[in-house]
Amino acid sequence: MRTLILTGLAAAVLAFPAVAGQDAITIGLTVSETGALNVDSTAQMNGFRLWQEQVNEGGGISVADKKYKVNFISYDDQSKADRVQQLYSRLIIQDDADFLFSPYSSGLTSTAAIVSEQYGKVMITTGAAEDKTYTLGNKYLFQMYAPATTYLRGALDALKEVNPGAKVAFAYKDDGFSKAVVAGARVYAEKIGLAKAFDEAYAPGTTDFGPIINKVVASGADAIVGGGHYADGATLARQLFDHKAPLSFISLLVAPDSPKFAELGEAAAGNITAPSQWAPQAAYKVAFGPEGTAFNQSYRRKYNTEPSYHAAGGYAAGVVLQRAIEQADSLDGDKVTDALNKIDNTIFFGHVKFAVDPANHGLQIGHDMVIVQWQNQGGTLTKEVIWPKDARTKPLVYPLH
Amino acid sequence: MSLSKPFFWILVAVVAVFASVPGLTNNVALRESLLLSAVSIILASNLNLMIGFTGYVNFGNIVFFGLGGYFGVWLVVVAGVNLYIAALTGGLMVSFIAFLFGTGILRLRGAFFALATIGIAEAVKAFVSNFEPWGGATGLYLPLSTLIEFGGGGKTRIAMNNTMWTVYYLMIGIMAASLFLSYWIKRSKFGLGLFAIREDEEAAAVLGVNTPRTKAIIYSVSGFLPALAGAFYFFKSGLIKPEEAFDLHRSIEAIVMVMLGGQGSITGPAVGALLYDQLRGYLLTDPVLSSFQLVIAGALLLACVLFVPGGLMGWIYGRWPALRGILE
Amino acid sequence: MFGILASMLDGVLVGAVYGLAAIGLTLIWGVMDVINLTHGAMITLGMFALYLIFVKTGIMPYAALVPVAVIGFGFGLAVYWTSVHRVITRPPLMSLLSTFAVNMVLIGLGTALWSTDLYNVNYSVPGVTVQGFTFTGNHILAALAAALIAAGLFVFLQHTREGKAIRAVASNRRAAELMGVPSTLVLSHAFALGIAIAAVSGALIATLFPFDVLKGSVYELKSFVVCVLGGLGNPAGALMGGVLLGLIEGGVTPFIQVSWVPVIEFVLFVLILIAFPNGLFARGTRR
Repeated sequence: MRTLILTGLAAAVLAFPAVAGQDAITIGLTVSETGALNVDSTAQMNGFRLWQEQVNEGGGISVADKKYKVNFISYDDQSKADRVQQLYSRLIIQDDADFLFSPYSSGLTSTAAIVSEQYGKVMITTGAAEDKTYTLGNKYLFQMYAPATTYLRGALDALKEVNPGAKVAFAYKDDGFSKAVVAGARVYAEKIGLAKAFDEAYAPGTTDFGPIINKVVASGADAIVGGGHYADGATLARQLFDHKAPLSFISLLVAPDSPKFAELGEAAAGNITAPSQWAPQAAYKVAFGPEGTAFNQSYRRKYNTEPSYHAAGGYAAGVVLQRAIEQADSLDGDKVTDALNKIDNTIFFGHVKFAVDPANHGLQIGHDMVIVQWQNQGGTLTKEVIWPKDARTKPLVYPLH
Repeated sequence: MSLSKPFFWILVAVVAVFASVPGLTNNVALRESLLLSAVSIILASNLNLMIGFTGYVNFGNIVFFGLGGYFGVWLVVVAGVNLYIAALTGGLMVSFIAFLFGTGILRLRGAFFALATIGIAEAVKAFVSNFEPWGGATGLYLPLSTLIEFGGGGKTRIAMNNTMWTVYYLMIGIMAASLFLSYWIKRSKFGLGLFAIREDEEAAAVLGVNTPRTKAIIYSVSGFLPALAGAFYFFKSGLIKPEEAFDLHRSIEAIVMVMLGGQGSITGPAVGALLYDQLRGYLLTDPVLSSFQLVIAGALLLACVLFVPGGLMGWIYGRWPALRGILE
Repeated sequence: MFGILASMLDGVLVGAVYGLAAIGLTLIWGVMDVINLTHGAMITLGMFALYLIFVKTGIMPYAALVPVAVIGFGFGLAVYWTSVHRVITRPPLMSLLSTFAVNMVLIGLGTALWSTDLYNVNYSVPGVTVQGFTFTGNHILAALAAALIAAGLFVFLQHTREGKAIRAVASNRRAAELMGVPSTLVLSHAFALGIAIAAVSGALIATLFPFDVLKGSVYELKSFVVCVLGGLGNPAGALMGGVLLGLIEGGVTPFIQVSWVPVIEFVLFVLILIAFPNGLFARGTRR
């Protein structure tokens, strides 16, 4: 039902520029409206749309004394890669997209990048954290998210501070993203001197975490980091609680960051930490674009829910693209690329800087993850930022229970 | 397969249309769309060799496509082998593996065989997800330079363009091979053996058909062209991951295409594949209907099974029996 | 050392639920030679039915199993009359495809209604903790429920008139008709019963793990493995097969990387199909 209403709204919004008949910048993308990636992809799209709405309300983006409204053309990729190249070709050739946003997830983004690179179209990627995508030799990809290998560094730093002798269990989903995160985390843990007690991946689609939890408990670990995406992360969290695993620190990817995670209840979700691309309380001093609180408020007003970092990432992509177009004062792909390559500023989302070395062009090198923790404040669970120190709103609650 | 038969020329004409129209009009969107349809036709036609000709339902048919893709991409990325050789090697390896597995599972009949093929498909997917030399769950990524090189090197845009068109023509070639292979088998003595097995396996054995060997051969052969197609397809996609390469859902869709078009005939699976694939592509771009793509596909399949079990071609041949001789 | 035992015990508890799920599948298969590919969707139906009942009325999930069974039975009848009845006399491939088509429609509708959001039945029963390993109350109760329902099914099939009618039709439809059994009606009831059991198993799974619309197919695959282990058409075998599968999962995981378990499961599945087509617990041959 929600999908129907959303797509109805989408159709209405899409019809608008055509009716208005004005100069427009067309941004093409695919959205996972159906399939396994649909929840996060929709959140991201909400971010894009909020940005579009605000830009258009202000008259549009200024380029060479003209104002251009932003027009989206999007298709459903069904969370699968097989049509992505067809759809992006269509966006570029048939729909005359000026710029592109990536699909959600690294796999789909890499496939789309083959087409976008062929035609030399700028593609801002969101929801595509795997480092690998940017090492294949691109010129026009720009990553908004901090790369996967950096995700858990803050969590490990926070753990090291409260328990230098902690033994860490890595239990994570057997997919590209989670493995990339843990690969980086493993190396970092060794670097800062945290011992590894356990290190195993579970099959995607696992619902029974009993076996792996038993192994973690048997290994004598004090902390568990890992997980994967929302479904398995939430399930793992619940079962860690059900099994009363004697752990003092839990840090899981993606899942605890979603507002829905709190629905698991105080007991299960309490004091779990997660790396996040962004948190509403993170009060960065912005060089351009709205402040974090302003974004948060307008998002809540429009969608009646807290923005997750997917939504924030979507909005941030728009802000960055807009800035690059304005700096380049042109819609020409190469000029905008140059402008993007030069960006080295802080926005509400955090610091933004893209790698320009051809070996990993587009990799996000300015953005740091924040670590959030669900803390029990007088009966309700709220997400607090516990790391890095200069962005923290509350100290880490340790141990877990 | 005689050149005097009209069907031979019909096949030639169809292939010619696929090969020439996108190129002549330089229509990239059409090329992409037809490429996906060609892949569907390849999968459906080769699957038909098992379902329609031999009467064995291969639920795990996507394994051929995925493994061919993995062999091809791995050889190119890790061993630096030329794509054509990599693809061919992939095809031969997959056929060989299929022959080995086939001798084991083709002893099973009916539903048991179908289940065994699901088991194999899931086992292969789970195995490849753990197999680090093939990238495990991360999969294998192709550097852009590999695709540019394949297209002749030089300026990215031109080289990539060449690559995309070349892969397209290769896929059309494999599609043609699939159709002609079906036609050739249907008209051959070997094909007669297959049909005999389909109708009554015991009787066929009694009458001198070496059923175990025949079945193993056709199972192996039905994997070769999909494996080739897989190698080229995933090369063009730039990466291969276990989830996408061994997507059980895609296997099922191939079966739906064969049934919708009319199993056993040659035109049937091809037409079923083309129509289903185009329908799916259309539904994806329609904002309201894309959520219901699965519902529509399911409803179509149900209607077909309940009321028109012979599929589209079965219904057409029923109405106009003369066409059966022309359209096969 | 105890870790391994705990793992295996946990496996047995979960395995009992897998076994119950498979009973629904194997019953239908045994009685009418139909491989019900809506099985996954029906498990999902049970999950969501329990969730909705629990959230709307707040009654204890284990009491809600009864309405879930009734809903499942109703759905089962609907599926039978729309897609199975016409094709039951035709080759098995047809019923395979018709039930699969219904599955696609149901999952498509489910996704449109509930997208792929994760849902949770927030009801925890305190469990038993031994030496640091906890067996949750939910697990224990679910296994108990599974065993009770399986026992109930056994009693039903052996000692009630309807149950005997089902067994008669399964054994020889023609002969049963000659004996005055309304075979079509009995078949529809048997099918609906299988679905009801699948739905109830889904509800039990919902008390153990969070779920979404697509999860049913995961359990469907497990059900296939269990059916093959236990022998098709053999409900007692299915329960034992489920427990065996749970034992294998629990016993093997302490020693190997957890991600290899599906490989072992499916390889085992294929090998058993080839070597023991009637399952490991077959009583006599049945084709």
